Amino acid sequence: MGLLSKKDGKLILDPLTDNNPITIQVLGICSALAITAQLKASIVMAISVTAVVAIGNLIISLMRNIIPSKIRIIVQLVVVAALVIVVDLVLKAFSYELSKTLSVFVGLIITNCIIMGRFEAFALANGPWRSFLDGIGNGAGYGLILIIVGFFRELLGSGTLLGFKVLGDPIEKTGLYAIGYENNGFMLLSPMALIVLGIIIWIQRSRNKALIEDH
Amino acid sequence: MGLKSNLNNLKEKYKGTKMAPAFNALHTFLYTPNDTTHNGTHIKAADDLKRTMNTVIMAMIPCLIFGMFNAGYQHNLQVGDVQAVTSGFFSSEFWTLDNFMIGFWKIIPLIIVSYGVGLGIEFIFAIIKKHEVEEGYLVTGMLVPLIVPIDIPLWMLAVAVVFGVIIGKEVFGGTGMNILNPALTIRAFLFFAYPTWMSGDKVWVEGAVQRTKDIAAGANLDAISGETILGSLAQGKEMTHSVADMFLGFIPGSVGETSTLLIILGGLFLIFTKIGSWRIMLSSVLGAIAMGLIFNQIVDAGIIVEGSKFYGLMSTPFWEHLIIGGFAFGTVFMATDPVTASQTNKGKWIYGFLIGFVSILIRVFNPAYPEGVMLAILLMNVFAPTIDHYVIQGNVKKRMKRLKAKVA
Repeated sequence: MGLLSKKDGKLILDPLTDNNPITIQVLGICSALAITAQLKASIVMAISVTAVVAIGNLIISLMRNIIPSKIRIIVQLVVVAALVIVVDLVLKAFSYELSKTLSVFVGLIITNCIIMGRFEAFALANGPWRSFLDGIGNGAGYGLILIIVGFFRELLGSGTLLGFKVLGDPIEKTGLYAIGYENNGFMLLSPMALIVLGIIIWIQRSRNKALIEDH
Repeated sequence: MGLKSNLNNLKEKYKGTKMAPAFNALHTFLYTPNDTTHNGTHIKAADDLKRTMNTVIMAMIPCLIFGMFNAGYQHNLQVGDVQAVTSGFFSSEFWTLDNFMIGFWKIIPLIIVSYGVGLGIEFIFAIIKKHEVEEGYLVTGMLVPLIVPIDIPLWMLAVAVVFGVIIGKEVFGGTGMNILNPALTIRAFLFFAYPTWMSGDKVWVEGAVQRTKDIAAGANLDAISGETILGSLAQGKEMTHSVADMFLGFIPGSVGETSTLLIILGGLFLIFTKIGSWRIMLSSVLGAIAMGLIFNQIVDAGIIVEGSKFYGLMSTPFWEHLIIGGFAFGTVFMATDPVTASQTNKGKWIYGFLIGFVSILIRVFNPAYPEGVMLAILLMNVFAPTIDHYVIQGNVKKRMKRLKAKVA
């Protein structure tokens, strides 16, 4: 890797696996449950959060030496709020339908614990390039889980992927539906997102015992 | 060389290997193991987990047999092949071989799928986790076919059993560790995943779904349908079943929950053998009566009048709530599950009372989920440890006070 040193590469790869913000740190759960009924919404949310946390990390890191520590939360909120408004407007301009599906959850990116967590834990103490990479990594780690959950929920709940009827047509009874298969309505409800998430956490921890917390 | 010694040989052969729990379970399930103690240990009673489970299953057998007859009877009644029963519980229109065979061929596959899939998962988990297979699924496997509609597709049942056993039980550590009743977890999964197969007026009578399809395809047949009593009441429809029918069980509903009479017999059997808690059963009935009376008072006071969407179920006399729907079955066989219920005696009163109270509350205020008892029991399962905690703390406080009074 010419561009990235080994240490920098770790910043991106760690949050994807052994230090995943959702499955290990258990942050950002609310949005993971709320918007993952469709794969498309999951992907857009993943990209939005990655953009906000990466650029936000960069900005906070550049300003880290001039932010008085007593009011740093307010400064962080201003930065993240500004970025979220930009994301919201971009979505409204280019993909209005989708922004309606995501509705309030774009605005609620502000309260996503991952973002404030990375600002506090990383950007305030590291240089801009490393902070930017850390933002990309954590956003991608969050997005990866969102996309996995969204994939299963849309496939099993609606029988579609990105809106394509991959399992056949439930009304015309083609494909799998011809032999009596039916969509699982439970998958479209939020509790099932929590259960899918729990299964991912279960699989990850049973493959890597070092991740299991002590009690 | 009988089956027993063959199994024993297999067990010895696989001792210490990965598959050992599977053979051990098969062996002890069918026979008494060779290596039991003969004297010297101080065992107070003979009821181990297996005997407990078998007793509960025995209590459910009458409901199961009745369910088979009722499935055929409801079908034949709708088709017009038999007359409605007129002469009480032993009516000749009901107890016919024809009725029984229709139900038998529909319900036996449900039982096979329930046990096959459920025990399969238990075996797999026992092998992965390297412990012996536990008997916990024996009761669940019999409960499940009794609480589903007769026409539920078998693959849906299989999916639900996989979900219920893994998420409802194994993730918590297996038999005895689960928070939620596994059978109800399975039913709740079916209810939310495939609502069209768990409610409405087509699924409760054998063959109604198929008949609807055939008619849509152009067959010259009369449509058959059968709404459960809760379903019709929720829609404010006129009741067509007599109170005797409801109590004896000649009504559409899930396979084994229609006959309140036989459920009461099963309940008495459980109380007599000291396996089911009479405190939970009694307090649950009291809770339901309390809520039912409150609703009846509201109607009497004229706050809810005819035409309101709550009127149908609110105006139902409180005692009728006890004999319609799955209330009786849930109270006797599900609420009393010793693993998920409260453990303390005072806690059992609170736990049972709230189950009855909340069941009727959900029935009336959420017509989309007329079967409130399922959700009420699951909800109280979650609260059972909390109730126990406060009961125990209360007791500790009381005794501390006594201690202080003595010292002073």
